[in-house]
Amino acid sequence: MSKKPSKGGAPALDMTPMVDLAFLLVTFFMLTASFRMAEPVVVDPPSSIGEVALPDNHILVTIDNNGRVFFGISNSSAKMNALREMATKYKVPFTEQQIVKFSGLPSFGVDLRDLPAYIDAKEEARKNLKPGGGRKTGVPLDTITPNNQLKDWIAIGGREAIKMYNEAKSQAEATGADFKAEKPRYAIKCDAKTKYIYVKDVIKTFTDLKIYQFNLITSLEGGGTVINPSKK
Amino acid sequence: MAEIQEGGGGGHKGGKKRAKKQSTRIDMTPMVDLAFLLLTFFVLTATFSKPKSMELTFPAPPPPDQKPDEIKKGITFLLSKDNRIFYYEGQFRAAPDEKGPATELKELSFDQGSLHKYLLDKSKDMHERIKALDAKHQAGQLADTTFKRMVREVKADKESYTYLIKTDDEATYKNVIDVIDELNVNVVGKYVMVDILKPEYDLVKAKVGTN
Repeated sequence: MSKKPSKGGAPALDMTPMVDLAFLLVTFFMLTASFRMAEPVVVDPPSSIGEVALPDNHILVTIDNNGRVFFGISNSSAKMNALREMATKYKVPFTEQQIVKFSGLPSFGVDLRDLPAYIDAKEEARKNLKPGGGRKTGVPLDTITPNNQLKDWIAIGGREAIKMYNEAKSQAEATGADFKAEKPRYAIKCDAKTKYIYVKDVIKTFTDLKIYQFNLITSLEGGGTVINPSKK
Repeated sequence: MAEIQEGGGGGHKGGKKRAKKQSTRIDMTPMVDLAFLLLTFFVLTATFSKPKSMELTFPAPPPPDQKPDEIKKGITFLLSKDNRIFYYEGQFRAAPDEKGPATELKELSFDQGSLHKYLLDKSKDMHERIKALDAKHQAGQLADTTFKRMVREVKADKESYTYLIKTDDEATYKNVIDVIDELNVNVVGKYVMVDILKPEYDLVKAKVGTN
Protein backbone atom coordinates (compact mmCIF):
# COMPACT_ATOMS: atom_id res chain seq x y z
CA MET A 1 0.00 0.00 0.00
CA SER A 2 2.92 2.34 0.51
CA LYS A 3 2.99 5.13 -1.89
CA LYS A 4 6.15 5.33 -3.85
CA PRO A 5 7.54 8.75 -4.15
CA SER A 6 7.96 9.38 -7.73
CA LYS A 7 8.53 12.13 -10.11
CA GLY A 8 11.05 13.85 -7.88
CA GLY A 9 8.41 15.11 -5.43
CA ALA A 10 9.12 15.42 -1.69
CA PRO A 11 9.35 12.03 -0.05
CA ALA A 12 6.37 11.50 2.20
CA LEU A 13 7.39 10.97 5.79
CA ASP A 14 4.99 9.98 8.48
CA MET A 15 5.46 12.63 11.12
CA THR A 16 2.68 11.53 13.41
CA PRO A 17 4.87 9.82 16.09
CA MET A 18 7.22 12.74 16.21
CA VAL A 19 4.40 15.23 16.56
CA ASP A 20 2.81 13.04 19.21
CA LEU A 21 5.99 13.03 21.18
CA ALA A 22 6.51 16.75 20.74
CA PHE A 23 3.06 17.51 22.06
CA LEU A 24 3.45 15.06 24.89
CA LEU A 25 6.60 16.84 25.99
CA VAL A 26 5.02 20.25 25.55
CA THR A 27 2.13 19.19 27.72
CA PHE A 28 4.46 17.74 30.33
CA PHE A 29 6.60 20.84 30.57
CA MET A 30 3.60 23.12 30.58
CA LEU A 31 1.97 21.25 33.42
CA THR A 32 5.09 20.91 35.50
CA ALA A 33 6.26 24.47 34.96
CA SER A 34 5.67 26.79 37.84
CA PHE A 35 6.68 30.28 37.14
CA ARG A 36 8.82 31.66 39.82
CA MET A 37 8.00 35.09 41.05
CA ALA A 38 10.76 37.57 40.58
CA GLU A 39 12.40 37.96 43.95
CA PRO A 40 13.13 41.50 45.07
CA VAL A 41 16.79 40.64 45.46
CA VAL A 42 19.11 38.02 44.08
CA VAL A 43 20.24 35.71 46.81
CA ASP A 44 22.66 32.90 46.18
CA PRO A 45 22.31 30.40 49.00
CA PRO A 46 25.24 28.21 50.02
CA SER A 47 25.18 24.54 49.19
CA SER A 48 24.56 21.83 51.72
CA ILE A 49 23.67 18.18 51.91
CA GLY A 50 20.21 18.99 53.23
CA GLU A 51 17.66 17.18 51.13
CA VAL A 52 14.46 18.40 52.66
CA ALA A 53 12.43 20.24 50.04
CA LEU A 54 11.14 23.62 51.07
CA PRO A 55 7.52 23.19 52.16
CA ASP A 56 4.99 24.97 49.95
CA ASN A 57 3.37 26.59 52.91
CA HIS A 58 6.03 28.78 54.39
CA ILE A 59 6.91 32.10 55.89
CA LEU A 60 10.11 33.25 54.32
CA VAL A 61 12.69 35.68 55.61
CA THR A 62 15.32 36.53 53.02
CA ILE A 63 18.58 38.22 53.96
CA ASP A 64 20.79 39.64 51.24
CA ASN A 65 24.53 40.12 51.52
CA ASN A 66 24.17 43.67 52.81
CA GLY A 67 22.04 42.47 55.68
CA ARG A 68 18.77 43.80 54.30
CA VAL A 69 15.81 41.73 55.37
CA PHE A 70 12.86 40.75 53.17
CA PHE A 71 9.67 39.12 54.29
CA GLY A 72 7.13 36.97 52.49
CA ILE A 73 4.23 34.62 53.20
CA SER A 74 3.31 31.96 50.68
CA ASN A 75 -0.36 31.86 51.62
CA SER A 76 -1.99 34.89 50.01
CA SER A 77 -5.04 35.13 52.26
CA ALA A 78 -2.83 34.93 55.33
CA LYS A 79 -0.74 37.65 53.75
CA MET A 80 -3.75 39.91 53.27
CA ASN A 81 -4.95 39.41 56.82
CA ALA A 82 -1.47 40.03 58.16
CA LEU A 83 -1.24 43.30 56.25
CA ARG A 84 -4.62 44.43 57.60
CA GLU A 85 -3.50 43.75 61.12
CA MET A 86 -0.13 45.42 60.62
CA ALA A 87 -1.90 48.45 59.11
CA THR A 88 -4.04 48.84 62.22
CA LYS A 89 -1.14 48.31 64.55
CA TYR A 90 1.17 50.83 62.90
CA LYS A 91 -1.69 53.16 61.82
CA VAL A 92 -0.71 53.11 58.16
CA PRO A 93 -3.76 53.31 55.90
CA PHE A 94 -4.05 50.87 53.01
CA THR A 95 -6.80 50.74 50.41
CA GLU A 96 -8.54 47.45 49.73
CA GLN A 97 -7.00 47.45 46.26
CA GLN A 98 -3.54 47.77 47.69
CA ILE A 99 -4.16 44.88 50.04
CA VAL A 100 -5.31 42.66 47.19
CA LYS A 101 -2.35 43.68 45.06
CA PHE A 102 -0.01 43.05 47.96
CA SER A 103 -1.19 39.45 48.28
CA GLY A 104 0.17 38.74 44.81
CA LEU A 105 3.59 40.20 45.37
CA PRO A 106 6.65 38.18 46.32
CA SER A 107 8.76 39.07 49.35
CA PHE A 108 9.10 42.75 50.10
CA GLY A 109 11.79 44.64 51.93
CA VAL A 110 10.52 48.04 52.97
CA ASP A 111 9.37 49.81 56.06
CA LEU A 112 5.63 49.50 56.54
CA ARG A 113 5.27 53.27 56.09
CA ASP A 114 6.75 52.95 52.60
CA LEU A 115 4.69 49.93 51.71
CA PRO A 116 1.72 51.76 50.08
CA ALA A 117 4.10 53.53 47.67
CA TYR A 118 5.93 50.25 47.09
CA ILE A 119 2.72 48.43 46.20
CA ASP A 120 1.59 51.18 43.84
CA ALA A 121 4.94 51.39 42.06
CA LYS A 122 5.48 49.66 38.74
CA GLU A 123 7.37 46.42 38.85
CA GLU A 124 10.60 47.80 37.38
CA ALA A 125 10.42 50.89 39.56
CA ARG A 126 10.08 48.85 42.75
CA LYS A 127 13.73 47.90 42.81
CA ASN A 128 14.92 51.47 42.66
CA LEU A 129 12.29 52.88 44.94
CA LYS A 130 13.81 55.33 47.33
CA PRO A 131 12.12 55.09 50.68
CA GLY A 132 10.76 58.29 52.11
CA GLY A 133 12.32 60.04 55.08
CA GLY A 134 15.80 58.68 54.40
CA ARG A 135 14.86 55.25 55.68
CA LYS A 136 16.92 52.25 54.80
CA THR A 137 15.41 49.51 52.72
CA GLY A 138 14.74 46.14 54.25
CA VAL A 139 12.16 45.33 56.87
CA PRO A 140 13.33 47.05 60.04
CA LEU A 141 14.32 44.77 62.88
CA ASP A 142 15.87 47.00 65.45
CA THR A 143 16.26 44.92 68.53
CA ILE A 144 16.71 47.95 70.76
CA THR A 145 14.14 50.51 69.65
CA PRO A 146 10.55 49.30 69.62
CA ASN A 147 10.48 49.35 65.82
CA ASN A 148 10.95 45.65 65.25
CA GLN A 149 8.52 45.32 62.36
CA LEU A 150 9.96 41.98 61.35
CA LYS A 151 8.99 40.56 64.71
CA ASP A 152 5.41 41.74 64.25
CA TRP A 153 5.31 40.43 60.69
CA ILE A 154 6.52 37.02 61.81
CA ALA A 155 4.19 36.89 64.81
CA ILE A 156 1.10 38.08 62.92
CA GLY A 157 1.96 36.30 59.67
CA GLY A 158 2.66 33.06 61.48
CA ARG A 159 -0.58 33.26 63.42
CA GLU A 160 -2.59 33.97 60.27
CA ALA A 161 -0.90 31.19 58.33
CA ILE A 162 -1.66 28.68 61.08
CA LYS A 163 -5.24 29.96 61.23
CA MET A 164 -5.61 29.42 57.47
CA TYR A 165 -4.16 25.96 57.81
CA ASN A 166 -6.53 25.04 60.63
CA GLU A 167 -9.52 26.46 58.76
CA ALA A 168 -8.67 24.47 55.66
CA LYS A 169 -8.17 21.39 57.78
CA SER A 170 -11.47 21.62 59.62
CA GLN A 171 -13.23 22.38 56.37
CA ALA A 172 -11.70 19.31 54.78
CA GLU A 173 -12.69 17.22 57.77
CA ALA A 174 -16.27 18.50 57.65
CA THR A 175 -16.65 17.63 53.98
CA GLY A 176 -14.60 14.47 54.20
CA ALA A 177 -12.30 15.62 51.45
CA ASP A 178 -8.65 14.75 51.22
CA PHE A 179 -6.46 17.12 53.13
CA LYS A 180 -2.95 17.44 51.91
CA ALA A 181 -1.74 20.87 52.99
CA GLU A 182 1.25 21.10 55.26
CA LYS A 183 1.64 23.12 58.39
CA PRO A 184 3.32 26.43 57.74
CA ARG A 185 7.06 26.43 58.38
CA TYR A 186 9.50 29.23 58.92
CA ALA A 187 12.25 29.45 56.35
CA ILE A 188 15.35 31.60 56.22
CA LYS A 189 17.00 32.23 52.90
CA CYS A 190 20.30 33.88 53.02
CA ASP A 191 23.15 34.69 50.69
CA ALA A 192 26.34 32.69 51.14
CA LYS A 193 28.37 35.89 51.60
CA THR A 194 26.13 37.42 54.22
CA LYS A 195 27.87 37.97 57.50
CA TYR A 196 26.51 35.68 60.12
CA ILE A 197 25.77 38.46 62.58
CA TYR A 198 22.90 39.62 60.35
CA VAL A 199 21.46 36.12 60.37
CA LYS A 200 21.89 36.01 64.11
CA ASP A 201 19.67 39.07 64.49
CA VAL A 202 16.93 37.39 62.50
CA ILE A 203 17.27 34.16 64.45
CA LYS A 204 17.15 36.17 67.66
CA THR A 205 13.88 37.68 66.47
CA PHE A 206 12.50 34.19 65.89
CA THR A 207 13.67 32.79 69.21
CA ASP A 208 12.22 35.81 71.00
CA LEU A 209 8.89 34.70 69.59
CA LYS A 210 9.53 31.19 70.87
CA ILE A 211 9.99 29.81 67.38
CA TYR A 212 12.91 27.44 67.45
CA GLN A 213 12.60 25.44 64.27
CA PHE A 214 13.54 26.74 60.87
CA ASN A 215 14.34 25.55 57.44
CA LEU A 216 17.51 27.13 56.18
CA ILE A 217 17.30 27.25 52.42
CA THR A 218 20.34 25.91 50.64
CA SER A 219 21.13 24.70 47.18
CA LEU A 220 21.83 21.05 46.69
CA GLU A 221 25.41 19.93 46.84
CA GLY A 222 26.58 17.47 44.23
CA GLY A 223 28.40 14.28 45.07
CA GLY A 224 30.19 13.61 48.31
CA THR A 225 30.09 10.55 50.47
CA VAL A 226 27.63 10.63 53.26
CA ILE A 227 28.07 8.44 56.24
CA ASN A 228 24.56 7.99 57.39
CA PRO A 229 23.66 4.40 58.04
CA SER A 230 20.66 5.36 60.11
CA LYS A 231 18.99 7.22 57.20
CA LYS A 232 16.71 9.02 59.55
CA MET B 1 7.76 16.63 4.92
CA ALA B 2 4.05 16.51 5.16
CA GLU B 3 2.71 17.41 1.85
CA ILE B 4 -0.49 18.20 0.19
CA GLN B 5 -1.22 15.53 -2.20
CA GLU B 6 -1.15 16.94 -5.57
CA GLY B 7 -3.86 15.86 -7.94
CA GLY B 8 -4.54 12.23 -8.38
CA GLY B 9 -1.97 11.92 -11.09
CA GLY B 10 -2.69 11.52 -14.65
CA GLY B 11 -4.59 8.26 -14.38
CA HIS B 12 -8.05 9.71 -14.27
CA LYS B 13 -9.95 11.09 -17.03
CA GLY B 14 -12.82 13.43 -16.66
CA GLY B 15 -13.07 16.32 -14.22
CA LYS B 16 -16.05 15.14 -12.18
CA LYS B 17 -14.18 12.59 -10.17
CA ARG B 18 -11.34 14.85 -9.13
CA ALA B 19 -13.40 16.72 -6.61
CA LYS B 20 -14.15 13.58 -4.66
CA LYS B 21 -10.61 12.39 -4.69
CA GLN B 22 -9.27 15.58 -3.19
CA SER B 23 -6.86 14.83 -0.38
CA THR B 24 -7.76 15.30 3.27
CA ARG B 25 -4.14 15.77 4.29
CA ILE B 26 -3.30 19.01 5.99
CA ASP B 27 0.03 20.70 6.01
CA MET B 28 1.17 20.13 9.58
CA THR B 29 4.43 22.02 9.30
CA PRO B 30 3.31 25.23 11.09
CA MET B 31 1.77 23.25 13.92
CA VAL B 32 4.88 21.18 14.36
CA ASP B 33 6.99 24.31 14.24
CA LEU B 34 4.93 25.82 17.01
CA ALA B 35 5.01 22.64 19.04
CA PHE B 36 8.78 22.52 18.91
CA LEU B 37 9.06 26.19 19.64
CA LEU B 38 7.04 25.73 22.81
CA LEU B 39 8.94 22.60 23.65
CA THR B 40 12.24 24.41 23.37
CA PHE B 41 10.95 27.27 25.47
CA PHE B 42 9.77 25.06 28.29
CA VAL B 43 12.85 22.89 28.25
CA LEU B 44 15.09 25.91 28.48
CA THR B 45 13.13 27.69 31.17
CA ALA B 46 12.39 24.61 33.26
CA THR B 47 13.93 24.51 36.70
CA PHE B 48 13.37 21.16 38.22
CA SER B 49 15.00 21.69 41.52
CA LYS B 50 12.75 22.97 44.19
CA PRO B 51 14.86 24.81 46.69
CA LYS B 52 16.28 22.43 49.23
CA SER B 53 16.51 23.27 52.85
CA MET B 54 18.20 22.24 56.01
CA GLU B 55 16.15 21.83 59.13
CA LEU B 56 17.65 23.35 62.19
CA THR B 57 16.37 23.53 65.73
CA PHE B 58 17.67 26.05 68.17
CA PRO B 59 17.57 25.30 71.85
CA ALA B 60 14.96 27.09 73.89
CA PRO B 61 16.54 29.16 76.63
CA PRO B 62 16.41 27.28 79.93
CA PRO B 63 14.18 28.67 82.65
CA PRO B 64 16.07 31.36 84.61
CA ASP B 65 16.08 29.41 87.86
CA GLN B 66 17.64 26.34 86.28
CA LYS B 67 21.35 26.00 85.82
CA PRO B 68 22.26 24.93 82.31
CA ASP B 69 23.74 21.44 81.95
CA GLU B 70 27.47 21.39 82.09
CA ILE B 71 29.10 20.18 78.93
CA LYS B 72 31.48 17.37 79.74
CA LYS B 73 33.32 16.93 76.48
CA GLY B 74 33.03 20.01 74.36
CA ILE B 75 34.71 21.11 71.19
CA THR B 76 34.31 24.73 70.26
CA PHE B 77 34.61 25.96 66.71
CA LEU B 78 35.31 29.62 66.21
CA LEU B 79 34.64 31.02 62.76
CA SER B 80 36.27 34.14 61.48
CA LYS B 81 36.86 36.10 58.28
CA ASP B 82 38.48 34.68 55.11
CA ASN B 83 36.89 31.27 55.78
CA ARG B 84 39.17 30.63 58.70
CA ILE B 85 38.13 28.24 61.38
CA PHE B 86 39.70 27.65 64.78
CA TYR B 87 38.90 25.20 67.48
CA TYR B 88 39.78 24.21 71.01
CA GLU B 89 38.73 21.30 73.14
CA GLY B 90 37.30 21.36 76.62
CA GLN B 91 36.71 24.33 78.85
CA PHE B 92 37.99 27.76 77.98
CA ARG B 93 40.84 28.89 80.19
CA ALA B 94 42.20 32.39 79.85
CA ALA B 95 45.20 31.56 82.01
CA PRO B 96 46.72 28.25 83.07
CA ASP B 97 45.27 26.87 86.28
CA GLU B 98 45.37 23.57 88.17
CA LYS B 99 43.17 21.85 85.59
CA GLY B 100 45.36 22.54 82.62
CA PRO B 101 47.17 25.10 80.50
CA ALA B 102 45.62 28.18 78.93
CA THR B 103 43.44 27.59 75.88
CA GLU B 104 45.23 27.77 72.59
CA LEU B 105 43.43 27.89 69.30
CA LYS B 106 44.25 25.42 66.58
CA GLU B 107 43.32 26.00 63.00
CA LEU B 108 41.40 23.84 60.57
CA SER B 109 40.44 24.53 57.00
CA PHE B 110 37.41 23.96 54.83
CA ASP B 111 39.14 23.43 51.51
CA GLN B 112 41.76 20.84 52.42
CA GLY B 113 39.25 18.69 54.20
CA SER B 114 41.05 18.97 57.50
CA LEU B 115 37.77 19.76 59.23
CA HIS B 116 36.29 16.64 57.74
CA LYS B 117 39.21 14.49 58.86
CA TYR B 118 39.18 15.99 62.32
CA LEU B 119 35.50 15.25 62.81
CA LEU B 120 35.85 11.80 61.36
CA ASP B 121 38.60 11.08 63.83
CA LYS B 122 36.64 12.44 66.77
CA SER B 123 33.52 10.46 65.99
CA LYS B 124 35.19 7.20 65.00
CA ASP B 125 33.97 5.37 68.09
CA MET B 126 30.43 6.42 67.56
CA HIS B 127 30.49 5.46 63.89
CA GLU B 128 31.77 2.03 64.73
CA ARG B 129 29.01 1.52 67.23
CA ILE B 130 26.40 2.73 64.78
CA LYS B 131 27.84 0.52 62.06
CA ALA B 132 27.68 -2.50 64.33
CA LEU B 133 24.07 -1.71 65.08
CA ASP B 134 23.39 -1.19 61.40
CA ALA B 135 24.88 -4.57 60.54
CA LYS B 136 22.61 -6.20 63.09
CA HIS B 137 19.67 -4.28 61.72
CA GLN B 138 20.47 -5.37 58.17
CA ALA B 139 20.72 -8.96 59.30
CA GLY B 140 17.25 -8.69 60.73
CA GLN B 141 18.28 -9.11 64.35
CA LEU B 142 16.94 -5.71 65.35
CA ALA B 143 13.54 -4.26 64.76
CA ASP B 144 13.34 -0.85 63.03
CA THR B 145 12.17 0.98 66.10
CA THR B 146 14.74 -0.62 68.38
CA PHE B 147 17.46 0.21 65.91
CA LYS B 148 16.42 3.83 65.71
CA ARG B 149 16.23 4.13 69.46
CA MET B 150 19.66 2.59 69.91
CA VAL B 151 21.22 4.88 67.30
CA ARG B 152 19.71 7.82 69.12
CA GLU B 153 21.13 6.57 72.39
CA VAL B 154 24.57 6.23 70.89
CA LYS B 155 24.38 9.75 69.55
CA ALA B 156 23.16 11.20 72.83
CA ASP B 157 25.86 9.41 74.78
CA LYS B 158 27.29 11.57 77.55
CA GLU B 159 30.77 10.48 76.59
CA SER B 160 30.50 11.71 73.00
CA TYR B 161 31.49 15.23 72.09
CA THR B 162 29.25 18.25 72.06
CA TYR B 163 30.14 20.76 69.39
CA LEU B 164 29.72 24.45 69.94
CA ILE B 165 29.71 26.79 66.98
CA LYS B 166 30.65 30.38 67.60
CA THR B 167 31.22 33.17 65.14
CA ASP B 168 32.92 36.50 65.28
CA ASP B 169 31.52 39.54 63.46
CA GLU B 170 33.27 38.74 60.18
CA ALA B 171 32.24 35.13 59.64
CA THR B 172 29.93 34.46 56.73
CA TYR B 173 26.73 32.49 56.61
CA LYS B 174 28.32 30.04 54.20
CA ASN B 175 30.94 29.05 56.78
CA VAL B 176 28.29 28.39 59.38
CA ILE B 177 26.32 26.24 56.95
CA ASP B 178 29.51 24.42 55.96
CA VAL B 179 30.31 23.54 59.55
CA ILE B 180 26.78 22.37 60.27
CA ASP B 181 26.89 20.41 57.05
CA GLU B 182 30.13 18.76 57.98
CA LEU B 183 28.70 17.89 61.37
CA ASN B 184 25.63 16.41 59.70
CA VAL B 185 27.76 14.38 57.31
CA ASN B 186 29.57 12.94 60.29
CA VAL B 187 26.25 12.20 62.02
CA VAL B 188 27.34 14.09 65.08
CA GLY B 189 24.72 13.86 67.74
CA LYS B 190 24.95 17.16 69.49
CA TYR B 191 25.83 20.59 68.23
CA VAL B 192 24.66 24.02 69.13
CA MET B 193 25.15 27.60 68.01
CA VAL B 194 26.29 29.86 70.81
CA ASP B 195 27.33 33.48 71.19
CA ILE B 196 31.04 34.10 71.30
CA LEU B 197 32.59 35.16 74.60
CA LYS B 198 34.82 38.19 74.90
CA PRO B 199 38.08 36.31 75.74
CA GLU B 200 37.46 33.93 72.86
CA TYR B 201 36.81 36.83 70.56
CA ASP B 202 40.07 38.47 71.59
CA LEU B 203 41.94 35.24 71.01
CA VAL B 204 40.50 34.88 67.52
CA LYS B 205 41.28 38.50 66.73
CA ALA B 206 44.86 38.00 67.85
CA LYS B 207 45.17 34.97 65.56
CA VAL B 208 43.58 36.59 62.56
CA GLY B 209 45.57 39.74 63.07
CA THR B 210 48.96 38.13 63.32
CA ASN B 211 48.97 35.68 60.45
